[in-house]
Amino acid sequence: MTAVATLAASIRELRKDYVLSGETVHALRGVSFDVPEGDYISIMGPSGSGKSTLLNLLGCLDRPTAGSFLLGGEDVAKMNDDQLSETRAKRIGFVFQSYNLLPALTVVENIEMPLYYGGRIDAGTRDRCVELANLVGLGNRLDHRPSQLSGGQQQRVAIARSLVNDPRFMLADEPTGNLDSVMTAEILDLLASLNAEGRTIILVTHENDVAARTARTIVLRDGHILTDERR
Amino acid sequence: MSRGWRTLKLSIKSLLLHPLRSALTVLGIFIGVAGVIWLLSIGEGIGRAAEEQIAGLGARNIIVRTIKPSADEVQDAGYGLTRDDYIRLLATVPTIDKAIPIREVSREFRNGTRRFEGRCVGCTPDYAEVARLTPKMGRFLSDSDLIKQRNYCVLAAETADRLFPFGDPIGQKIMVDDHFFVIVGVMKSRAPSAGIGGSVAAEDFSRDVYIPITTMETRMGDMEVVMKPGQFQRDLKELSQITIQVKDRDLVLPTVDVVRDTIARNHTLADYGVTVPLELLQQAQTTRLMFMLFLGLIAAVSLVVGGIGIMNIMLATVTERTREIGIRRALGAKRRDITQQFLAEAVVLSVVGGLLGIVGGLLCRPISILIRGRLLEWFPEQMSTLPEVVRTVEPMLVSWSIPLAFAISVIVGVTFGVYPAIRAAQLDPIEALRHE
Repeated sequence: MTAVATLAASIRELRKDYVLSGETVHALRGVSFDVPEGDYISIMGPSGSGKSTLLNLLGCLDRPTAGSFLLGGEDVAKMNDDQLSETRAKRIGFVFQSYNLLPALTVVENIEMPLYYGGRIDAGTRDRCVELANLVGLGNRLDHRPSQLSGGQQQRVAIARSLVNDPRFMLADEPTGNLDSVMTAEILDLLASLNAEGRTIILVTHENDVAARTARTIVLRDGHILTDERR
Repeated sequence: MSRGWRTLKLSIKSLLLHPLRSALTVLGIFIGVAGVIWLLSIGEGIGRAAEEQIAGLGARNIIVRTIKPSADEVQDAGYGLTRDDYIRLLATVPTIDKAIPIREVSREFRNGTRRFEGRCVGCTPDYAEVARLTPKMGRFLSDSDLIKQRNYCVLAAETADRLFPFGDPIGQKIMVDDHFFVIVGVMKSRAPSAGIGGSVAAEDFSRDVYIPITTMETRMGDMEVVMKPGQFQRDLKELSQITIQVKDRDLVLPTVDVVRDTIARNHTLADYGVTVPLELLQQAQTTRLMFMLFLGLIAAVSLVVGGIGIMNIMLATVTERTREIGIRRALGAKRRDITQQFLAEAVVLSVVGGLLGIVGGLLCRPISILIRGRLLEWFPEQMSTLPEVVRTVEPMLVSWSIPLAFAISVIVGVTFGVYPAIRAAQLDPIEALRHE
């Protein structure tokens, strides 16, 4: 991975404080790093180290208390709620540990869902969703509900869903945390191939095996970056 | 696929996930909306019936009726309306089209050995028109009968049946007191008129005999002797009623004042009452409006209750679907999108309830008539104790009640859906995602 690419994201002195029952918790105490286009980063650290907070900020689900987060040149810290929503809808692909599929919708409908909010539904939408389902190997289960699928299959639906907006920037929150080793391998292969297409991927994990498959590992502790190593 | 259509489809889909719950919520609005239409229909039916009754007395009429004063006020000179009152009214009030002097007394009518108790009415030819009597056989009284004070009479249908069960009564004679009257006509039976308040009591026209009022004066006089246990009671009055028909409906109210003044000048006792059907008609319209407002209020309460039902369900739904909200928000839904989604669900619930309610409202007439028919069949005794208006009312669908009901259901949905929807939209996406 060449280090001199354009930056997908740039994080400077990012801080996040929470007030929990009258007490201020400093979840992030000044985190800085650059994410070049096409990078594949794993974020590790013990619980309470601030990795979930960082991922929420990177995913535009939250705004930092201080510092800046430039996503493709725009400062997320200065966006209002609607702009954050729009950024999530159009530019970010999200994969969660617990899949977060809507149980009432079929595979295709789940994949299609982010498009409701990106406002890009047209005649070709369904074809595109079917194509994505094929890509993740679920072309024969289009009308199944999430409850009829295994964990690995559900996570593959979630990955297809995260791809429907064709985002350049993908975030995965312990995507293999609920899966056995065979399925973990499947998902990691899928993510690796997406990275190979040039998509930037940041994933949070606490498994060294998973981190070993990424290009770069950032370890957090107590809201600071402990190490930032490229393999 | 447009955005609105997609939102609608999504909300219907979500509601169908809990069909029973949705149906029960819809039921509340259904009852409220159907209730609005039913109550308005029944209110309109009752109102129309009352108007018809009063209009039957004639919107152009003024009815002046003798009222018997309390016993110690009655003088030997008699009481009540006099022939002079009648003549004065005709002479001094120019807006009067016609006036009919009427005297009613109880009498026994006889045909040989057949006897029949009834009402003997002295009147003029115009009485038939004002009382809406039409001949079944023969004719009503004529002007020349009056002028010549003939001993002619006209029978009501039941009187004729009882005195002449066989054969044609026309040309035959009946005896009243010790006078013979020749029958010149028999009237068709008509529905009894209801009492409408004022001094006008209900009238049953079935047991009547009509004779010229001039004949009544000369043959029977003005004195009535009523026998009561232990005493005779004398009753001296010239007329029971004067029915005045005014030339034009607009002139009724001014004429009433003149009529009141004219009569008051010659009466020291409160021995008469003036009833104006037009006034009663206007009163009835006001009463009906009040009635409908009141019923509308009840329906409104039931709609509010239905709306609270919707709100309740929507709040439960928001809690239950917190995670879904989190997922949608994380994947790019704006607050507005979430608000719209939940508001759409509330409105779909209430509009479905509203549409079903309108169907239920349209069935008001056939259903209420059916139910009444069954009740009359199964519980005839209990039903007969109910007021007549309940037994006979025909619900009339009020056309504007349908758009009103629809609008109400939309408004209820929006009003009671907006708070849960806003609450859903205000959820923090991170918190919502963590929700189990």
